Amino acid sequence: MIASARRFFDGDVWFSFRSTPVAVGAAVVALVLAFSAIFAGWVAPHNPFDLATLELSDARLPPAWIEGGSSKYLLGTDDQGRDILSALMYGARISLLVGVASVLLSVVVGVGLGLLSGFAGGKTDALIMRVCDVMLSFPSILIALLIDGVGRAMFPNAHDTLAFAVLVFAIALPGWVQYARTVRGSTLVERNKEYVQAARVTGVSSLRIMRRHVLPNVLGPVLVLATIQVATAILTEATLSFLGVGVPPTQPSLGTLIRVGNDFLFSGEWWITIFPGLMLVLIALSVNLLGDWLRDALNPRLR
Amino acid sequence: MTPLKSTLIAAALAATCGLTSAVTLRVANQGDATSMDPHSLNESLQLSITGNVYEPLVGRDKKLGLVPALATQWTQTSPTVWRFALRKGVKFHDGTPFTADDVVFSFTRAAGDGSDMKGYTSALKEVRKIDDATVELETTAPFPILPDVISLVYIMSKKWSEDNKAEKPVDRRKGIENAASFRSNGTGPYRLRERQPTTRSVFVRHPGHWEKAEGNVDEVIFTPIGNDATRVAAMLSGEIDMMEPVPLQDVERLKGNANISVMQGPELRTIFLGMDQKRDELQFSSVKGKNPFKDKRVRQAFYQAIDIEAIKSRVMRNAAAPTALMVGPGIKGFVPDMNKRLPFDTEAARKLLTEAGYPNGFEVSMNCPNDRYVNDGEVCQAVAASLARIGVKINLQAESKATYFPKILRRDTSFYMLGWTPGTYDAHNALSNLIATPTDKGQGTFNLGAYSNPKIDDLTARIQSETDQAKRNAMIAEAFKLHADDIGHIPLHQQALAWAMKKNVSLVQLPDNFMPFKWINVK
Repeated sequence: MIASARRFFDGDVWFSFRSTPVAVGAAVVALVLAFSAIFAGWVAPHNPFDLATLELSDARLPPAWIEGGSSKYLLGTDDQGRDILSALMYGARISLLVGVASVLLSVVVGVGLGLLSGFAGGKTDALIMRVCDVMLSFPSILIALLIDGVGRAMFPNAHDTLAFAVLVFAIALPGWVQYARTVRGSTLVERNKEYVQAARVTGVSSLRIMRRHVLPNVLGPVLVLATIQVATAILTEATLSFLGVGVPPTQPSLGTLIRVGNDFLFSGEWWITIFPGLMLVLIALSVNLLGDWLRDALNPRLR
Repeated sequence: MTPLKSTLIAAALAATCGLTSAVTLRVANQGDATSMDPHSLNESLQLSITGNVYEPLVGRDKKLGLVPALATQWTQTSPTVWRFALRKGVKFHDGTPFTADDVVFSFTRAAGDGSDMKGYTSALKEVRKIDDATVELETTAPFPILPDVISLVYIMSKKWSEDNKAEKPVDRRKGIENAASFRSNGTGPYRLRERQPTTRSVFVRHPGHWEKAEGNVDEVIFTPIGNDATRVAAMLSGEIDMMEPVPLQDVERLKGNANISVMQGPELRTIFLGMDQKRDELQFSSVKGKNPFKDKRVRQAFYQAIDIEAIKSRVMRNAAAPTALMVGPGIKGFVPDMNKRLPFDTEAARKLLTEAGYPNGFEVSMNCPNDRYVNDGEVCQAVAASLARIGVKINLQAESKATYFPKILRRDTSFYMLGWTPGTYDAHNALSNLIATPTDKGQGTFNLGAYSNPKIDDLTARIQSETDQAKRNAMIAEAFKLHADDIGHIPLHQQALAWAMKKNVSLVQLPDNFMPFKWINVK
């Protein structure tokens, strides 16, 4: 463990990280956001999801530094009296959760199918790749909307957990294609290399070769793709919630907060929508910058 | 006039409209009529829109008084028989003459399967044709306010309906649509030229209308814009000439614009919450094996848990009047003395809920529209927050009225929000539609939680035939008292109307939120 940690800190990737200020900055921002989101229950001054604690009479208070604001609510409150700062933390948690969960799901599906496709070749490959082609010909938001709609029709009284599951599935499904394509490409290259052939000659089963030999060698691009996709998934979730088909309204994610605030833009209550918007930008930007750096760091040709 | 001829004339008119100074009015609303069928949904917006195309026998003037429409006069020939003389020379938009057959047909249709207007026809025993220009309406019991009650029963063409297989109303509950949903053929001042549900409907003036036109609008383009901010942006940018409702948060901003005027006024609509009190087990709740809403203490706990003043000041920005009654001021039979709500008291509510056997509350779904009433979704969220304080967890389903209405009209709900304007401007309408025990004859059509009190049913029947105003008012007050004591529903407030229009548009704002295009002038 210590040895592998030392290897990491002595290695190229860590060096590249330390010498890239943008990456360090992005990582710090992402860590702070992730921390405040994960530990929202302890860090946030209020619990915006606990309806019993909402004070309707405190609705639409401006941020603390503006006249009429209250130090109780640093970034103001929304139309139901939810503290914006707390709502941001809890909202970011939902956004991150949905983002990471859907990326994990699409990575598992995509990498699995990609490996299979590249390694098996022939009809299996053709079938999987044609499915990919079909999926790629639809905008992903459209597929997500479709699945979300079907999911809602199938479970009309779905709440909380089920609604989240449907949402994660809706975002993950259009996402796996990219992993499958990437992994298939790499697998095609790897499977003809000597070490694979050596393994085959010694009688290792195909499944084991795929898992133990090919998989570790094709994961680099997947890691990069997954990092960037987390940002995309968060944005997709925000889009769906903005359209009103995302998470339940009593548990607002960032997209829901932006949508609610959008109604108040003209009336001067800008903080309800601007802060969630900024939060979304910060999350997406920091994750994307990290992904960019990772891509450069893992690409031997750019070194 | 043959259909071909009328099409040609319409086309010629349309062509000239483009060239000469035809007046077009672009109207935006937060929602759309669910159908163009005038008998399919008893909802203000739908009846307001279709009321420009179709007409009743007895209409309303600018003060909501009765005026002759398709009937020129009416007399009571016996306590239960009313005779209506029909207007002569009236033609439907397709040129078919309007006769007594159409009246008999329309009343039969409105009273028949799939109709949502049964509440207005339930007192009728028979509708008889005497001759081509005379009909008689016979009621089962004396019904002194019959002309008020039928002012929303619109007359359709018998021939057109039969030709288009639209003899039966569109039934949204069952998802049945027919030609009357998308096309129309009325006698009204405007005809429907184009209908794209939830997107755009175009109405053009019917040149052969019997009444001299007061307004000067030749064409009305009606666009539903659900998002508040988008609707306001459309108004500010001049993309539309008129909008309603104005989101409460934007009233001041629109007032400050030199080109736009905002018209505000009280609305006759009462917003309230209803609870399923019929089923032995709620459909959508964590409580199994029994129905908590059958217990008055639970209903009262819900009532007292709601912080109505906070809803008024924060959600409604003071554009609402909290109410204890199911009808508001301006409705005949409103009792000002009884308009006192039970106090907002979380502690008392929690105690009541504990007594009823739910010390930790329970979970129940709530159905709400989010594009029908002023800030409806927000009000429901606030109610959910209030109820959370007594341990009741609300699973809020706030959705577009296109899905909300079919659901609650099928009574697939445990707890719902609804708004009601008595179409007759009389308390009896609220009693018979909202409070009376539901029957298949049209009582309690919108009593979706099936609240039932036989004493009120009896009073409602007697109020219907009572002619002595003082006695009638006393009975209405008694019925409201019984209902309030039972906590049959939880009244919330009367909302205020807010319309915005360009300065060059002059119109009449009716307190029932109807918008007859025929009175609109654009300078």
